[in-house]
Amino acid sequence: MVKKHVSIRNHSAESALFMRRTLVVFIAIVFAIGVLITNLYYLQISSFESFQTRSNDNRISVQTVPPNRGLIYDRNGIILAENRPVYSLQVIVKKTKNLKRKINKLRNMFDLSNEEVEQFYKRNRYARSFRPILLRDQLSTEEVAIFTVNQHLFKGFSIKANLKRYYPFGDAFTHVLGYIAKINSKDLQRIEQRGDTARYRGTYYIGKLGIEKYYEQLLHGQPGQRQVEVDSWGKVIRVLNFKPPVPGRDIKLNIDIQLQLKAQQLLGDTRGSVIVLDARTGGVLTLVSNPSYDPNLFVQGISNKKYNALLSSKDRPLINRATQGRYPPASTIKPQMALLALNTKVITEHTKIKDPGWWIVPGSKRRFRDWKRWGHGMVDVNHAIEQSCDTFFYDAAYKIGIDRINPFMQQFGFGDYSGLDIYEETKAIMPSREWKRARFNAPWYDGDTISVGIGQGYWTVTPIQLTQATAILARKGEVITPHILHSIVSKSGAFNAVQESKMPIKLQDEHYWEIALKAMYGVTSKRTGTAHRAFANTSYTIAGKSGTAQVINMKEDEEYDASKIAERHRDNAMFVAFAPYESPEIVATVILENAGGGSSHAAPIIRALFDEYFDKIKVQRLEDF
Amino acid sequence: MVSTQAQKSIFYRLHIDPWLLIGIFCLMTLSLITLYSVSPDWVIPQLIRLVIALSVMLAMAQIPPEVYQRWTPAIFIISVLLLIAVLVFGHTGKGAQRWLDLGFTKFQPSEIMKLIMPFGVAYYISRYTLPITFKKAVIALLIVIIPTLLIAKQPDLGTSILVASSGLFVLFLSGISWFYIAIAVTAVLAFAPVLWFYLMHDYQRTRVMTLFNPEADPLGAGYHIIQSKIAIGSGGVWGKGWQQGTQSQLEFLPERHTDFIFSVFSEEFGFMGILLLLTIYLFIIGRGLWIANQAQDAFTKLVAGGIILTFFVYIFVNIGMVSGLLPVVGVPLALISYGGTSIVTLLAGFGVLMSFNTHKRFNRK
Repeated sequence: MVKKHVSIRNHSAESALFMRRTLVVFIAIVFAIGVLITNLYYLQISSFESFQTRSNDNRISVQTVPPNRGLIYDRNGIILAENRPVYSLQVIVKKTKNLKRKINKLRNMFDLSNEEVEQFYKRNRYARSFRPILLRDQLSTEEVAIFTVNQHLFKGFSIKANLKRYYPFGDAFTHVLGYIAKINSKDLQRIEQRGDTARYRGTYYIGKLGIEKYYEQLLHGQPGQRQVEVDSWGKVIRVLNFKPPVPGRDIKLNIDIQLQLKAQQLLGDTRGSVIVLDARTGGVLTLVSNPSYDPNLFVQGISNKKYNALLSSKDRPLINRATQGRYPPASTIKPQMALLALNTKVITEHTKIKDPGWWIVPGSKRRFRDWKRWGHGMVDVNHAIEQSCDTFFYDAAYKIGIDRINPFMQQFGFGDYSGLDIYEETKAIMPSREWKRARFNAPWYDGDTISVGIGQGYWTVTPIQLTQATAILARKGEVITPHILHSIVSKSGAFNAVQESKMPIKLQDEHYWEIALKAMYGVTSKRTGTAHRAFANTSYTIAGKSGTAQVINMKEDEEYDASKIAERHRDNAMFVAFAPYESPEIVATVILENAGGGSSHAAPIIRALFDEYFDKIKVQRLEDF
Repeated sequence: MVSTQAQKSIFYRLHIDPWLLIGIFCLMTLSLITLYSVSPDWVIPQLIRLVIALSVMLAMAQIPPEVYQRWTPAIFIISVLLLIAVLVFGHTGKGAQRWLDLGFTKFQPSEIMKLIMPFGVAYYISRYTLPITFKKAVIALLIVIIPTLLIAKQPDLGTSILVASSGLFVLFLSGISWFYIAIAVTAVLAFAPVLWFYLMHDYQRTRVMTLFNPEADPLGAGYHIIQSKIAIGSGGVWGKGWQQGTQSQLEFLPERHTDFIFSVFSEEFGFMGILLLLTIYLFIIGRGLWIANQAQDAFTKLVAGGIILTFFVYIFVNIGMVSGLLPVVGVPLALISYGGTSIVTLLAGFGVLMSFNTHKRFNRK
């Protein structure tokens, strides 16, 4: 191919050498390309599946979509707990420039506190830069408007709408509904133990108290899943698959908003509690513990200062008095005590004793006084309940003895949880010999029994226990369990809350019920009855019993510091009642701390409530009842 | 002049080699298709660069080989001086001194060196009878090493590799004794630890370390290479389809339009696409080597061989680095990657090849 040229150089040899080298190079190149292809074959064909998986892992991310929490209604369908949109301002730092300058500009538009900005930078430090980071929570509508108008100046800043729990009636239902708040480490532990971690992914709030806590499982719902394609910044490009969340169940409570608000209004500034039950079902129509507090504070995240104020308040607003307040039942349990006396044949319907204004334990000099210093004279059981004669019951209790009082009273629910569907409840104390031995390591004395006979001494009850006991009495021994939940609202109709039925209380003679109930009717209807004045001219018949408890040592809760309320030595005013007398529909308890006499202070509140119920609510909503 | 059929053709008169041109057009088409997939915004600027580069190629093809040979020493020496000037007055960009600011424009003397290196070595060698003696080989080696070190000092590892290899290939093609080659390889191996511990920058060492174990730092140093391998691997036999590459479209891949464009191509067109691409490359290289063999004298043969082998080094280093065989050095994929300088340099080289093939002083059969 190559021609020889006239030259001193051997061009032919050089060309041949060059050609050999070119061939070597070409072979080397083919070999090198072979190496590349082998490696690419390994990547694309041998390891294809592994790389395909990694590629999908890169781009596909599964996001949990938290469910909306179920709503809570009162029995009339009025909303008591709802989910409201709340707006927050967030920043994707990666997408912004001059972050500091922008934040300063924002501070001119609305008052962003130093704390908020510091918190933001703190969060930013630990977050991945393409994740939105919260700058300000709970913007006012005005702030949302201001920002929206100027949004073009703030690249990377955005407003996010979240649903937040809201309790429209503020403090009126706190002790019933409770509240939800941010999940803490304890809640997390509990969720893990239940194996519910997956259900709570993406959820930040959980029921902490009351109905919100008790029915957490119902209200929470099931989270959904969103399979999305994301870019390398984590930005969602498109949704590949969406399994919608199942919202929590809406529930309806037995609570009647009108009666509840009326009760709260009637209590005013007085510390105490009001409970109204449906005597036929045990449904809780009203449950008020006063004072209360705004549950919305806890949803937003309460400040330490506010929380400490609530915690250290002498009025103890955080305590649910209706279920956790422990009070001596005082004379309100005299009807039950009378039943026991009749049932144990300690007395008959016609037994009369003389009341000189005091009573002495036989064989001792220890004197127990009647509240009426000069005595009631000759007293039978009917008279003793109507006029709340202490001496009669000192004598009866002495003869019955604590060993028979304790089991009988337990049948009425004293000394045990009422079964109410909230967790904040104490058992209070139904004393017994064993209890005193365990508690004080001391024997039971006769004198202890005498105090218990008039609902004082070691005996304490909670208002819900007292209401339940009164309802059982009104129903002549049929046990009912107080219940806040009415039903679960569902498209396929309402599921009514099922109640477990307990064994009714059996007496030797069914007539004994009549004796006790008739006496309670006398309390309100006879001119000699203690609460006669409060219940004049009602449109319905009513039976009740007053109680005036001495509060030398008012017990509420273990941590309740008695010394702090030492100045509050006035009596607790109490009243239990049901109506109509002939066929009870509602039963109620009112306890007012340090208010004075039960008939004079507590009874008028019951009167007002029952008037509200029978003359207004029942007339207005006849079809619902 | 005796005319042959080739001499008559319009291509011959325009000093164009049609086979090379076909190969180049094929690559440019693949480049534009891939760039469109990455982002349509790249297509028009790339098209403009291609037109400029093709004009340069055409211009270079018009220059007869004698002119190249005559001007080689002067241009080579000026280039070396410019490289020194860069180190002294150079403009720093992205942590490296590569640019020389001429007031109206900035340019990289190392790009000129990439082109002129084969000329320089070939000029020196072709003055003597081949194969050259050991002493002359050492001098030739110095001609290669001095500019290489100047570029490596900027630091620009990718370009220095290309420059060094283009010079060394000329030496190899000149028929230098295998014995000398063995000595040189041994010397380089002995020199490697010195290079590693004293001459390389930390980031360069990291790149090499990353090559052997990219998973050691998957979000840092290893990120690019891991994502690139995922892109290539997940392409499979037929690829995910044009514009369907999730690694590139969702921005998991870095430098998608420049150094890592091969990963985008592999992800979207799969193993079959790669075979097509490599076939085109091999065709161009084969044609280039043939032209080198057909060249008339030692100078043109050596220059042509050096240019075409540099072209191959571009391809091998780029594909090797994005597929995890070689450390990540900044070498674009020849004629596919976005970017003006490398395309102009490469097409200028092809222009030289075409010139050599179409300016024949002597009659051939």
